[in-house]
Amino acid sequence: MEPINRRNFLKAGVALGAASSLYGCAGMGGKSAGHVVVVGGGFGGATAAKYLRMWSNGAIAVTLVERNPTFISCPMSNLVIGGLKQLDDITLSYETLRSQWGVTVVQGDVSGVDATARSVTLADGSTLGYDRLVLSPGIDFQFDQIPALNNADAQVRILHAWKAGAQTVALRQQLEAMKDGGVYAITIPKAPYRCPPGPYERACLVANYFKQSRPKSKVVILDANDDVQSKKGLFTKAWKELYPGIVEYRPNSELKDVHVGSRTAVLEFENFKADVLNVIPPHRPGAVATRAGLKLINDKWVEVNWLSMESTSTPGVHVLGDAIFAAPTMPKSGHMANQHAKLAAAAIINLLSGQEPHPAPLVMNTCYSFVDDKNVIHVSSVHTYDGATKLLQPVKGAGGVSSARNELEGKIALGWARNIWADMLG
Amino acid sequence: MSLPALRPTQLALLTSMVLLGSTAQAADPHLAHDIARNLAATCANCHGTNGQAVPGSGLESLAGEDKAKLLKKLADFKSGQRPATIMHQITKGYSDEQLDLVAGYFAAQR
Repeated sequence: MEPINRRNFLKAGVALGAASSLYGCAGMGGKSAGHVVVVGGGFGGATAAKYLRMWSNGAIAVTLVERNPTFISCPMSNLVIGGLKQLDDITLSYETLRSQWGVTVVQGDVSGVDATARSVTLADGSTLGYDRLVLSPGIDFQFDQIPALNNADAQVRILHAWKAGAQTVALRQQLEAMKDGGVYAITIPKAPYRCPPGPYERACLVANYFKQSRPKSKVVILDANDDVQSKKGLFTKAWKELYPGIVEYRPNSELKDVHVGSRTAVLEFENFKADVLNVIPPHRPGAVATRAGLKLINDKWVEVNWLSMESTSTPGVHVLGDAIFAAPTMPKSGHMANQHAKLAAAAIINLLSGQEPHPAPLVMNTCYSFVDDKNVIHVSSVHTYDGATKLLQPVKGAGGVSSARNELEGKIALGWARNIWADMLG
Repeated sequence: MSLPALRPTQLALLTSMVLLGSTAQAADPHLAHDIARNLAATCANCHGTNGQAVPGSGLESLAGEDKAKLLKKLADFKSGQRPATIMHQITKGYSDEQLDLVAGYFAAQR
C-alpha cells in the first residue's frame, strides 16, 4: 500500500480547495486518499483520469498531463481524410474533465520520471509528486528506420496522418490537389501497429473519394505484413466489389526508404512511385515510457501485470494502451486503451486503500471500420484474466466480425464514437 | 469512497465466485458492487458511462432498466435467439453470473 503522501501531494500544487468544493462529499473528509498523475490524455489517460475521480467519489486527486490543448480522435479521422467529416467533428475539449470531474489538467510535456522519488518532471522544469503514476503515452514513430524521412522537412511532405490533427487535414489536402489518374499509396509497417484495421479502412475511404470525384485514380496498399491484418475477408470483398480496378493490395512490401521529391516508396526489390505517398512508419512506445526505465518486451513494448496494468519492473507505475506489450490477440486500439484505463483505475483505487486488485478482470474490444460512406464492418473480442498464464486471454467462442458490410453498423459506428468520447471526456 | 481491507476469507470467496462461477452473491457488498461496477464499465464505450448513452447517439441506454428484462435480452443475445450485429458475439464472452452482475448494476443506476 502507498501511504497517503501529503507532502508529495501538496508539492504537486494541486488546488485542494477547488477539489474539495466540488467533491465535499463523504470520502474527502479533508484528507486525500492519494494523488495520481496521469501522463497522456488520449483514450487511455483521459478515461483513467475520469474513472479515478468518479469511482473514488473525488477522494483521489488526479493531475492529467497532456501536451495538446484539445483531444483529436484517431478513430473517425479516416472520415476526414475521405472528405466525409471535418477535423472539428473529431476534436473535443478537456474542459469537462476539469469542471465536472475535478481533474487538474496541465498542458505540458513530461521530460523525466523518477520512480524512486515518485515524481515526474515537466519540460518547463516543474515537478509533480505522485502516489501512483499512469502512463498512457501512445506511440512515437521510428523515423530512423526510413532514413530519408528522418527530418522535419520530409515529414511535412510525406505524411503519416497516424496521429490525428494537422497531418489528417494535410493528407486530405494532398488528395484534393492530386490530378485524376494519380496514385495514392499507403505503406503499412509490420505488426504490431496502432489500429490493425485502420490502414485498410483508410484505403477504402480514399477509394470511395476517388470513385466519386477522381474516377481514374488508384489506391495501392504496400503492406509489410504477409496478409491483411484485420477483417481480411470483409476488406477483400469490399475492394473487389466496391472498388474493382481502384484498390490494389500488395503484401510483403516492407518500406525501406523513400525518395521525398518524387514521392517514391523504396521497397526491398523495387521502387514504387506515387502521387500521394502516405507512410505509416513503424512504432515504438511514447518516449516517456522509455524515460521511466520500464521493463520492455522485445526491447520495445512495456510489460505489465494484467491485474493492475502496473509495470512488472517499476512499482507504482501503471501503463495503458498502445505502449504496452499486448496480451494474445489484443489489438492496439482506442477502445482497448479505454478498457485498460478502467482496469487500472479500479486496481489503483484498491491499492491506494491497501487492498489487492480484483483477481478476475475482463476487457472487451470493438473496432468499427467504414468501407464506404455508409457501410461499416466490425471486429470484436472479449479477454479475461487467466491465472495459469497470468495474461488476459481471449474468451473462446466470443467475438467475431460482421456477417457482411452493412449500413446499420454505419450508424452504430458513429454512435460508438459519441459514446466513447463521452465516456472519456464527458 | 472508503473500502474495507480484503481479508483472506473474502479473497477466497471472491475467487471462487468469479473463477468457478458459483452464485454471484459476495458476503461483502462492497466487493460485489465493485465487481459489478467493473464489469458494467466494459459496456460504457457503446452504452455510455454507467449505462447512460449519449442522447441521440442511437445506442441504447441501460441505466435504470428492469433487471429481469435486461437479463432476458442478454440471454437471448447469447443464445442467438435475438438478432444482433455484435451483441451475440460480445455476450458469449461473459459468464451468466457476470451478465447477472452487469444487469443488476445497470438496473440500480438512476
